[in-house]
Amino acid sequence: MTTATGTGVHVPEPGAAPLPRMIAAQAALETRMLLRNGEQLLLTVVIPTLLLVLFSSVDIVDTGKGKSVDFLAPGILALAVMSTAFTGQAIATGFERRYGVLKRLAASPLPRWALMAAKTASVLVTEALQVILLTMSAFALGWSPHGNPLAVLLLLILGTAAFSGLGLLMAGTLKAEATLAGANLVFLLLLVGGGVIVPLDKFGGARHTLDLLPISALSGGLRDVLQHGAAMPWGDLGILAVWAVVALGAAGKFFRWE
Amino acid sequence: MRSEPVVQVRDLVKRYGTKTAVNGLVLTAEAGVTAVLGPNGAGKTTTIETCEGYRKPDSGTVRVLGLDPVRQSAELRPRVGVMLQSGGVYSGARADEMLRHVAKLHAHPLDVDALMERLGLGSCGRTSYRRLSGGQQQRLALAMAVVGRPELVFLDEPTAGLDPQARRATWDLVRDLRTDGVSVILTTHYMEEAEQLADDVAVIDAGRVIAQGSPEELCKGGAENTLRFTGRPGLDVGSLLKALPADSTAAELTPGSYRVVGKVNPQLLATVTSWCAQHGVMPDRISVERHTLEDVFLELTGRELRS
Repeated sequence: MTTATGTGVHVPEPGAAPLPRMIAAQAALETRMLLRNGEQLLLTVVIPTLLLVLFSSVDIVDTGKGKSVDFLAPGILALAVMSTAFTGQAIATGFERRYGVLKRLAASPLPRWALMAAKTASVLVTEALQVILLTMSAFALGWSPHGNPLAVLLLLILGTAAFSGLGLLMAGTLKAEATLAGANLVFLLLLVGGGVIVPLDKFGGARHTLDLLPISALSGGLRDVLQHGAAMPWGDLGILAVWAVVALGAAGKFFRWE
Repeated sequence: MRSEPVVQVRDLVKRYGTKTAVNGLVLTAEAGVTAVLGPNGAGKTTTIETCEGYRKPDSGTVRVLGLDPVRQSAELRPRVGVMLQSGGVYSGARADEMLRHVAKLHAHPLDVDALMERLGLGSCGRTSYRRLSGGQQQRLALAMAVVGRPELVFLDEPTAGLDPQARRATWDLVRDLRTDGVSVILTTHYMEEAEQLADDVAVIDAGRVIAQGSPEELCKGGAENTLRFTGRPGLDVGSLLKALPADSTAAELTPGSYRVVGKVNPQLLATVTSWCAQHGVMPDRISVERHTLEDVFLELTGRELRS
């Protein structure tokens, strides 16, 4: 260990970096943390891709008329959004809270809203990578999508907002271990009961309740547009908007930073 | 040196539920190094974290560099460096990656590589935080507190659990900060640390400052009149006292650690050793000592162990 004395290197020269630089640095770090984490990659990349490939090539679930990839691809895109915005973000943020990362950052020049903006940017970057990967895989499996790209974008953004709100609400109120278990459990339940790979009409009378879930609204909305060429799926957009407002509002109110 | 205090705490009260952690604490820290000393649960961390803006006072006022740490947080945060007692780093982040990141949040940061080298972290820059040793994690947290060239740093137990070399490196850095005009508020359990580093020591107990002054001021008085020895715990101090001259006192400070205060001379020493001989006690480490901060601390805060 070297010791320099009287060097003057520590003479105070405090100051925050410009906001855009701070947010960009934070978003880049968050994205690197996510892409470096094996369990997160399993959840966000491996599982959706595997499900898409498996269920498109093997006739396990009756997906109705037409090619099964046309039914599955929109559902898997919805799953990708949920895996990153909800499950991944909840688990990562829960442990950041537990290990004092959020607390330490709160003492840095980065404002809290800027931290949340950076987290959102990191989620969007990850989702963009997922969408590219899954779209290419789906095309390779013979997918022929229809519809208005703007409607798709709107659904993805509202879905991201709703799932982020739910993920942050969980991460900011529960213990990290409870968040880990809960977020995975919810992921599994919504994967099965949210119209991702299993058509919701298989659930009989329960379908009207399941339709109100954010995952069902997202998968159903994406399917209406991409498979059936519908215009704006206002009903599903409305459901997602309500979830987004309620969940983000609750997260804002109940989130505990340490 | 600035004339206005860097930290001013007036009548601070902070409760958690029914428990009062800080109870009317008054503390003024001038520029330089201030050590906040106290047993576990005395309210050190609560006080520091209130200064850092993490907690809102239930009553009383806190000013840091003249600012309210909660309401004027945006203005204050870039000027203050913070080292938490533990954690604060993404478990998957590499040491140099995290330090570089914190540096990027500041306008005029220190050179990251030089700082890593300086704190003995040069060889573990590529190691992820969760694989660093406890001492390396501590030094990384210290580096994160100073990398932004702050005017004031808060260090919460900066050397807890460090080996002697790492502790020296931390002390050297604190001394350099002081020389370069950075004020430091640190909490510690180590009396030696406070004596070595601090211009000013505040002793906290049960949520109040019970003594404050330079280490010399706090240690003044009774210095040449203390005889200490260690032996087995639970010796009959009353019987020892009977053997001593009338103006003496004898006490077991901590289990097995005894102190005699009185007119220390060869007769007194002989009296103590012959009493020990009669009682089959080997008085290890018998010494006539300078009054240390540890004595002051134990006198002020009592002897019983606290949870």
